[in-house]
Amino acid sequence: MNALSVFIMLMSGLMIFNAHPHLYWGQFGANPDHSWLDITPGRVRIGPLHIPTPGILGVTPPHGRFVAFPPWATIPSHYDLAGSRKWHFLFAWLLVVPGVCFWMWGFAFRHFRADLAPRVRELGPRHLWHDIKAHARLRFPTGEAALRYNILQKMAYCSVIFVLLPGIILTGLTMSPGMDAAWPWLLDVFGGRASARSIHFICAMGIAFFILVHLVMVVLAGPFNEIRSMVTGRYRLPKGDGE
Amino acid sequence: MTARPSRRTLIGSLGATAGSLLVAGCDKITASPRGQSILGVGEKLTYAAQRIVSDRRALAPEYSASDMSPIFRANGNSNPATAEYDAHVASNFADWRLAVDGMVARPLLLSLEEIRRAPHRTQITRHDCVEGWSAIGRWTGIPLGLLLRHAGLSGNARYIVFHCADFSGGRPYYESIDLIDAFHPQTILAWGMNGQTLGVAHGAPLRLRVERQLGYKQAKYVMRVQAVPRLTDIHGGKGGYWEDAVGYQWYAGI
Repeated sequence: MNALSVFIMLMSGLMIFNAHPHLYWGQFGANPDHSWLDITPGRVRIGPLHIPTPGILGVTPPHGRFVAFPPWATIPSHYDLAGSRKWHFLFAWLLVVPGVCFWMWGFAFRHFRADLAPRVRELGPRHLWHDIKAHARLRFPTGEAALRYNILQKMAYCSVIFVLLPGIILTGLTMSPGMDAAWPWLLDVFGGRASARSIHFICAMGIAFFILVHLVMVVLAGPFNEIRSMVTGRYRLPKGDGE
Repeated sequence: MTARPSRRTLIGSLGATAGSLLVAGCDKITASPRGQSILGVGEKLTYAAQRIVSDRRALAPEYSASDMSPIFRANGNSNPATAEYDAHVASNFADWRLAVDGMVARPLLLSLEEIRRAPHRTQITRHDCVEGWSAIGRWTGIPLGLLLRHAGLSGNARYIVFHCADFSGGRPYYESIDLIDAFHPQTILAWGMNGQTLGVAHGAPLRLRVERQLGYKQAKYVMRVQAVPRLTDIHGGKGGYWEDAVGYQWYAGI
């Protein structure tokens, strides 16, 4: 259910982005102003970088209008800003309320501290480099070590739970003119509405990247055992080489 | 070569199938009236939540002159281009009158001169389009609350409707707001923009500014202000041109 909600948020968000496929920094930003990201037909510009993306980004589907993100990646699949906003804001409620509960549960029952907080030893450059090398060679922890989150996992989870998710919620609120009147400090935190929209987009891309890596890792590490452990907490210890 | 798919291809194609099922399912829900009413729950939650966390008189942020957009993008209709409106432009709105009517004790018919002579408020605020862009401009106009008090608003009125001179796809533009926003100190009918008389592209002679909501609520070319008990009897019944035409949320605080 939560995974479904995250996909709905990402994909309806991409359709909302399609209504104005440009990003800016600062308090305001519109067509006459200086943007840092544009998606135009078959091309993405990030700052001075021009990336050709024919058929992937900046496409005109048959019988449709030009869209930055293609129909297979958006909800609804055809251009519909009103519809995508309804999906986005309903599922925002469905995700944020349980999300905040998870946050409080994580602190109250010390799940974050016990399982996620990196140990000093783990943050040493030697240990980090060792873990990065092991991951790059797709050698995963075996035996007892597989039961704990490893340092790269901890860092990825921490950045999602403590940076990307709070960031995406608060920048989402900053884009609301009603919330800016209620909580004007939001604009000070993110440096304006146009900046908040840019940061919202970057956080969304970060979460999408995390999901992609997470799925690849689960598949490579043996999907059946991993998924059973996520749901039930039971985990069969993988055997190491030569055991 | 074997025809058996590898585990990775299998998982990949399962993912792609799940993805296209998700998109197709969502499209179907979006297209159905039942689905639309479920999706509409989000708007009701947002409307209620924002009214709870926000003081009724909480002001939208105001900016300094140095924060203003160098060019303020004109969006939507940039000229009603009807014979009637063209005649008003030609005569510099000398014969133009704003009607204030509906559930009021004293219906008003005001000339632009009378409106400009009334007390006014100037504010540098941010205009947020539903599409995602924003622009900062300076607006000068008469507080709507002042006008409504002057007309003697009835205690049974619930919404204020703004009827406009422009048409889109043959349908007249209109918008509406609740009484909390109608009496908000920053809600004005603006006749001046960026230190000059409001131009045709930005809604001359009078444009609504309701600063805690999105751009499509900022009705241009306002001709008539009507106090009503409900919105269902007016045009498409959803409280605004865009609400009727494509289903934008009536409450546009987000």
